[in-house]
Amino acid sequence: MKLRRGKLSVLAVLAVAGLVLTTSGCGSDDEAPQGGATSSDTSSSSPALSGEITVFAAASLKKTFTEIGAEFEKAYPGTKVAFNFAGSSDLVAQIQQGAPADVFASADTKNMDKATGDSLTAADPVNFASNTLEIAVPPGNPAKIATLADLANSGVKVVLCAPAVPCGSAAAKVEAAAKIDIKPVSEEQSVTDVLGKVTAGEADAGLVYVTDVKGAGDKVMGVEFPESSSAVNTYPIATLKASKNAALADAFLKAVTGDPGQGILATAGFAKP
Amino acid sequence: MFVPAAVGALFVVLPLVAMLTRIEWASFGTLITSDSSRAALALSLRTSVASTVLCIVFGVPMALVLARTEFRGQSIARSLVLLPLVLPPVVGGIALLYTFGRRGLLGHTIEVLGLQIAFSTTAVVMAQTFVALPFLVVSLEGALRTGGQRFEEVAATLGARPTTVFLRVTLPLVLPGLASGAVLAFARALGEFGATITFAGSLQGVTRTLPLEIYLQRETDPQAAVALSLVLVVVATVVIALTRRSRTAL
Repeated sequence: MKLRRGKLSVLAVLAVAGLVLTTSGCGSDDEAPQGGATSSDTSSSSPALSGEITVFAAASLKKTFTEIGAEFEKAYPGTKVAFNFAGSSDLVAQIQQGAPADVFASADTKNMDKATGDSLTAADPVNFASNTLEIAVPPGNPAKIATLADLANSGVKVVLCAPAVPCGSAAAKVEAAAKIDIKPVSEEQSVTDVLGKVTAGEADAGLVYVTDVKGAGDKVMGVEFPESSSAVNTYPIATLKASKNAALADAFLKAVTGDPGQGILATAGFAKP
Repeated sequence: MFVPAAVGALFVVLPLVAMLTRIEWASFGTLITSDSSRAALALSLRTSVASTVLCIVFGVPMALVLARTEFRGQSIARSLVLLPLVLPPVVGGIALLYTFGRRGLLGHTIEVLGLQIAFSTTAVVMAQTFVALPFLVVSLEGALRTGGQRFEEVAATLGARPTTVFLRVTLPLVLPGLASGAVLAFARALGEFGATITFAGSLQGVTRTLPLEIYLQRETDPQAAVALSLVLVVVATVVIALTRRSRTAL
């Protein structure tokens, strides 16, 4: 019995190892050729940065962080920044399970607290941006939404995030501030799902972030409302203890909190923290 | 041969065992009987039964046409019917949205008829039927083909009308195939996630089925998510066991 179990667990380990090998093999396919720029005269700053880091960032940061990453790679030739974009709580769960991440940027302080609580962060998180809610309506605004209170009207199909996810708890806060009760036709898993239902024209309105409206271009129209100030979402970023390239992780964090990153974030509609 | 088989089996069984170890049995009862869990389970069972019925209603004639007739482009028709098997369910959801959604192909017609499909339980059933239908068609077509047509021909030469042949000869012969096809379709409908969340949305008691509830619970209460997952595993196991029994019984 004992022997058999031992054999089986060896097999399991082998199988898992095989999986890991194949996936990591896929990942390195698109890596830039290593030979090219080896610490020439490019960056005169401190020790030359090189290697690769993986940044786990909230889904709402996809556009801006991809851009910041590209700028960063340009500024430090020979480095590579890989991203994993997902819901902040998914990301924390992955980091807690030992996913190889160097930097974590969360869409709310709650999920960052989970990471700091498990002492997974290497230093105190830094707030680098904030975001507020806005009403997104399909082009032409078929339901004629002008204020937040309009969303509580009967016959208006409103889509919100589920209260369990950050955008949903923000929606609940503005509802409370406006003393209204919105009856959504659907409570979505993420803000992108809400936006999708609005761009498809299925919903008359949805509560999403300012940056989502801006990012969707002419596929949706935004309706601002004063109550949005009662739910300001703050985005913290931190380097992680498990990082194998702490210098590069630090440099990326500085790029986000510094001028280049802040400029890109502001263009996308993010406010200062 | 036994080694790869054991690895394969382990790969399937180990995650289930891992899940079992994560369950807090003390709070298991309260976790799976919460309002939202019960609503999700009831909705899942209701919609899965409804979509299985729809699968039988449409799938039996489809399988008959594919197995018993020959027409030009039949192999293309078969591939198209089976497409949802290999399509990512999210893609299915998007396709349904652009067909039956408000701005979809048939959206205007549906609105004129006064029907509201989006965000309704109907949308859930449609999404489930879309992904589950091929399972029934494949199983039944296979059964029809292996069964052959000898008995049907004999019945027809003895003067039985086509309807009688179908009800008295064809159907009893392929009943095991139909049963296992229906069970597969039911199981697939029960596990449906991608097409539902894309096409139907997610609202407690209306469109939030058990898989959607599990995915949402994971955000706040991973324990509840694991507990609900076990419920789904148990339901699926019972379904598989029932098919095996019905197969041997028939």
